[in-house]
Amino acid sequence: MSIIFMLILISLIVALFFLIAFFWAVRSGQYDDDFTPSMRILFDDKVEKDQ
Amino acid sequence: MPEDLISAVETACYHCGEDCGSIVVYHDDKSFCCDGCKVVYSILKENDLCNYYQLNQASGISFKRRSMERYSHLDNQDVKEKLLDFTDGRQSRVHFHLPQIHCSSCLWLLENLNQIDEGILQSRVNFLRKEVTLVYEESGTTLRKIVELLATLGYAPVLNMDRLERVQVSAVEKTLYYKIGLAGFAFGNIMLLSFPEYFGMDSSAEATFARFFGYLNILLAIPVVLYSGFDYLRSAWHGLRRGHLNIDVPVSLGILALFGRSTYEIWTHTGAGYLDSLAGLIFFLLVGKWFQQKAYHTISFDRDYKSYFPMATTVLRGDLETVVTLDQLDRGDQLLIRHGELIPADAILLSGQGHIDYSFVTGESQPVPSISGEKIYAGGRQMGGTIKLEVMEKVTQSYLTSLWNDQIFDKETEKGITSRLATQVATFFTGVILVVAFATLIYWLPRDLTTAFHSFTAVLIVACPCAVALSIPFTFGNVMRILGNHHFYLKNVQVVETLAGIDRVVFDKTGTITYGQGAKSEYEGLSLSPKERDIIRSLVHQSSHPVSRQIEVAFRQDALLPVKDFVSDDGLGIRGEVEGHRIVIGSHRFVSGEIEPDLPGTWIKIDNKILGQIFQSGRYRIGLLGVIKDLVQRFKLSLVTGDHAGEEAALRKIFDQKTEMYFNQSPQQKLDYIKGLQAKKEKIMMIGDGLNDAGALKQSDAGIVITEEVNNFVPSCDAILDAACFSRLPVFLRICRLSLRVVYGAYFIALIYNIVGLSFAVQGLLSPVIAAILMPLSSITIVLFGMGISSLIARRLGLGSADGDSSSRQE
Repeated sequence: MSIIFMLILISLIVALFFLIAFFWAVRSGQYDDDFTPSMRILFDDKVEKDQ
Repeated sequence: MPEDLISAVETACYHCGEDCGSIVVYHDDKSFCCDGCKVVYSILKENDLCNYYQLNQASGISFKRRSMERYSHLDNQDVKEKLLDFTDGRQSRVHFHLPQIHCSSCLWLLENLNQIDEGILQSRVNFLRKEVTLVYEESGTTLRKIVELLATLGYAPVLNMDRLERVQVSAVEKTLYYKIGLAGFAFGNIMLLSFPEYFGMDSSAEATFARFFGYLNILLAIPVVLYSGFDYLRSAWHGLRRGHLNIDVPVSLGILALFGRSTYEIWTHTGAGYLDSLAGLIFFLLVGKWFQQKAYHTISFDRDYKSYFPMATTVLRGDLETVVTLDQLDRGDQLLIRHGELIPADAILLSGQGHIDYSFVTGESQPVPSISGEKIYAGGRQMGGTIKLEVMEKVTQSYLTSLWNDQIFDKETEKGITSRLATQVATFFTGVILVVAFATLIYWLPRDLTTAFHSFTAVLIVACPCAVALSIPFTFGNVMRILGNHHFYLKNVQVVETLAGIDRVVFDKTGTITYGQGAKSEYEGLSLSPKERDIIRSLVHQSSHPVSRQIEVAFRQDALLPVKDFVSDDGLGIRGEVEGHRIVIGSHRFVSGEIEPDLPGTWIKIDNKILGQIFQSGRYRIGLLGVIKDLVQRFKLSLVTGDHAGEEAALRKIFDQKTEMYFNQSPQQKLDYIKGLQAKKEKIMMIGDGLNDAGALKQSDAGIVITEEVNNFVPSCDAILDAACFSRLPVFLRICRLSLRVVYGAYFIALIYNIVGLSFAVQGLLSPVIAAILMPLSSITIVLFGMGISSLIARRLGLGSADGDSSSRQE
């Protein structure tokens, strides 16, 4: 049964990893502007110069 | 329909989509309305950026409504330092507010600026904020070149006096995200670790598990209390030290009781504690806080005159024109003010024909003519030719800006920051909780020490006013969103509460109940032939005088013909020759050439024959009558204006006889009037528009600014109303009042939950399971009740969300 201690600790560490990922996302500004990227994604890649 | 016929022959500009009129500029098989649009097209074409036109048709910004500014002050090292966000001497980063951003083409072009100017390394647009952040190489380009490029393309950045001050970007919003994230993480994990306990573990065999889960829970709860919940503890502590109870006091009592009792239980192996309730409580509270922080990205509620004044102005030093920033302007400096420019400081007119539009400052609707030697006040806008001025006072000491020295602008007034209702409830609540808690303690103490301790803490835990603390953020937050969808933008949720409790509505006149710019011109006199109408429009099209602009609106259906020998006699009138016909438009004296009789109004003469005059009418806002009719039944009304009393009779017809009306009021008098009413314990809502109302708006319990364009400058206020939605004002006030009742209803529900919870608690029977069920349940009920009922009310009043969406899409 002591394996449960291990499993719970591992699950907590995994959860902690996601918490840190969330903090990182906020810190790097991914939540600063949640609108413009939705417009940006519709643009085509750079138009070829020789066209 | 005749309108269709007209539009069929109209040519739309390839760049901005506007009607080209009769003068069409052809270039590259495309038609343009003016050279400005053509130039932008050429630049884009040259740099392979024509994708701009593919993304959205005719997406360009019209050149008709803009004036080219001068940017030579941007080469000044001081100015540059203030504008730049960051520089290391080689690379610099700067951000600009570009109110012209309106579609994906704008976004695309601005993010591809580096194809036009190689010195620009990176550009990033924030669409909602209408901001662009640029990184550029100092060796490749200059700040001035970038701004000039932006201006040429039609995106002239807003560079006002407030940019001369460094603004600290606050990181408050991000902290809230961290706190919610942490609380949510702990809440979920603690709940999972608590489940075994709820489902009944065999305590003898699995005691090690129970203990292990308990310790883990404490570990998870500590950061929640110390980080996520810290604001509540601190706010309660500050409140107590200043001697008043706020809603955070009972919340903090709950948090501390939950944490203390749970740690004790787990440590002594006497129980599982209530840590899941604790984490859930803080999580819900933070979500409520987040919900009520609806931010309007492009709208700012805290502006002063500095956002209205330009950054720099032209100063004459000897014969040399130099551009000087306003903070360096000093007495004795000679200014050169061109048409449409703002007078930045109190000054004396040295030369030129002054024609100053003070409407934004004093509320006076007609431009004031001034002759040399006269004093001209800061904040006025010169209409007509170029004038030369000598500065008398520094910018900060002018007549207009001295209003900001009034004490109400000094301290950050606490108006609207804390909810009065919530404070009242908190005081009452804390009192009741403490009485019940101590009564329980005293009752149990002689009988059973453990039960006494248990029930005492249980009362504090279960009575924690989570539901009470959530009802205001969610109900008022929801109402605030609904109002925002209908173009009535509130500064924060407390404004809803303030609007629910007002007794008197005070109106400003010019720009508030009348149209600021759009005064309608009507013609009276001999009937005009289509040819004569064309001639009139063609002549006034040449002039930028405000009266000419208004006349052109009345004749906008008519054709534009080329004008020869155009002469503008500043402040008197204009004349010219259109297809051989001599035409004169202006004051009666100017048109007739006779000194007597000097009739008011604007007169028209074609080929030596006076045809008639233009007068202004229909100036009151559409729907004003309905608004007043509705408001007069529920509120006391006042009208306070800087304009003269000439219109009183007409205004009396709209307002009723009881309405208090004051004319010729200075900004300070307006402020004092509001103060006087407040001394009589009246709650005031003031509706105004210009800088002249700034003091009164700030002094009022709720200051509302009405504006045609919400992104434009508005004085500091509590709410901004889009002029198009003016007629809905009574409905907006009604929904605020009803939403207050919804909050009362939510309080009642919270009370019932608390009575149930307390009945368990006083008997010492509050098990962690009951707490874990009761607390989230009450919170969720309150949230659903508050949001559901307020949305229902909104729909009943005709403010359905679907309607709001469609109207915002029309923009």
